[in-house]
Amino acid sequence: MTLEVALRHRFGGFDLDVAFEAPPGLTVLFGRSGSGKTTVINAVAGLLRPQAGRIAVGGEVLLDTARGLSVPVHRRRLGYVFQEGRLFPHLTVRQNLLYGRWFAGAGATGPTLDEVTDLLGIGPLLDRRPARLSGGEKQRVAIGRALLAAPRLVLADEPLAALDAARKAEILPYLERLRDEMRLPILYVSHAPAEVARLATTVVVLEAGRVLLTGPAAEVLSDPGVTPLGPRAAGAVLSARVSGHTEDGLTELDAGGQTLLLPRLPRAPGETVRLHVRAQDVMLAVEEPRGISALNVLPGTVAEVRMGDGPGALVQVTTGEARLLARVTQRSVTTLALAPGRPVFAVLKAVSVEKD
Amino acid sequence: MLDLGPEEWTAVRLSLQVAAWATLASLPPGILVAVALARWSFPGKQLLNGLVHLPLILPPVVTGYLLLLTFGTNAPVGAALKEIGIVFAFRWTGAALAAAVMAFPLMVRAIRLSVEAIDPRLEEAAATLGASRGWVFLTVTLPLALPGILAGAVLAFAKAMGEFGATITFVSNIPGQTQTLPSAIYTFLQVPGGEDAALRLVLISVALAMGALLLSEVLARRVARRVGAA
Repeated sequence: MTLEVALRHRFGGFDLDVAFEAPPGLTVLFGRSGSGKTTVINAVAGLLRPQAGRIAVGGEVLLDTARGLSVPVHRRRLGYVFQEGRLFPHLTVRQNLLYGRWFAGAGATGPTLDEVTDLLGIGPLLDRRPARLSGGEKQRVAIGRALLAAPRLVLADEPLAALDAARKAEILPYLERLRDEMRLPILYVSHAPAEVARLATTVVVLEAGRVLLTGPAAEVLSDPGVTPLGPRAAGAVLSARVSGHTEDGLTELDAGGQTLLLPRLPRAPGETVRLHVRAQDVMLAVEEPRGISALNVLPGTVAEVRMGDGPGALVQVTTGEARLLARVTQRSVTTLALAPGRPVFAVLKAVSVEKD
Repeated sequence: MLDLGPEEWTAVRLSLQVAAWATLASLPPGILVAVALARWSFPGKQLLNGLVHLPLILPPVVTGYLLLLTFGTNAPVGAALKEIGIVFAFRWTGAALAAAVMAFPLMVRAIRLSVEAIDPRLEEAAATLGASRGWVFLTVTLPLALPGILAGAVLAFAKAMGEFGATITFVSNIPGQTQTLPSAIYTFLQVPGGEDAALRLVLISVALAMGALLLSEVLARRVARRVGAA
């Protein structure tokens, strides 16, 4: 099931005009505050009626202003996870979880209460009331409540923004499992680079009410012109498969045809992991470097060079099927004559594993 | 001293009956009006607000007289209702009507405040989970407003127990029919040697009022604990 969104909405001097598709997996709506993210997600939920637009999930139309059609919120079959949880204070955790399931009816197909409590680790909380839960527990219950409503689409509006780093780290693995185990489109609003790098399969970058760029996370995040993750976290996201472990404590991975060596990962051969290679951790060389301590030196081709405002530049390099992003100085661009088509070697100083 | 005569007992029983019916019957319209004033926007909202509060500021005699003009046996509405067997004039039902009208503003205020305190985002969340407007009201709005509804009901009950001016104007002071506690106290004070009976009824009034207040406190606390702060 794919979510198709096309909207136009003008209010208080702000002009929103966006169109994008969100395939199954997790689509991050990324942008600064005021770029229109929440307006888009509320229009998909039906909490806001845009002046013009069309929204459809898996071919079923939720909104079509041209035909005067708008499915009311309660018939859209969504699971909406709000930033502040919004649990019902007068109901227990169990009653909160089953609230949407009750309206979905007996014929609803979706995860059972047991499956959801297992997935989110909230079994021991079932008889408590929301007032007695921690922030992280509340958000996990809110996610479970959304899932149990048997939704065909999950919406999440910065579900981690109100939590501290430790609580975020507690919930991120559950969101990853949700992304990987439920075959649903998830539309996820965020402006936190770490969440985008770790969770996104598709990214829609919004700026001032327009779609700046949209596509698979690996492409968008390695686009030197956008760097939605910001200068420090900018970099490529790669999917790699564990191919084996060496005797001296390393793990060998296959990233789009290129072999990478990392300190041993607790993964079995055949499993996939998500890697984040920051642009500032990638060096470029025009000849194959020899006598160098770095283990991961990948041959590739310069795809794009983007000069920054300061002395820096971002270079996109394709290596096998993967794309990397390197931050270098403009002087190096000139000295090494880096231009599209130039063969280079990318030296990776560090690779972080996003899923562990 | 607390040996009540049959006439006094009748007044106590009638007062409880009148106040209970006045409270129960005005709860549904009270909740409706409170929700309308708290959440909806419609033409004439300020007019409705004014009408609801009118009995609070008008002299009770005026309210009683207006009721007589509307629901009296010869009045248009009263005559029409008589056709279908509902009579208010000089009946205990009329006393209940007068008490309900006088207590209505207090009830609506209490419920309205508690409805306004409910986070509308919770109602939005319920809608995204598949609840239609009616179900949202029944499963979220109403339970969360329960402390205010209880407080409003107790307040209305206490007010109905004590209503005097509008009642005596509208349905007079007929023992066994419309003579509630305040009317009975008033009557005993008018006759020589009636002070003892009046004092007994005063004590009962005080006891009932205090009891209602305590009950509402206990209920409110229990409900508040159940509803919990989010």
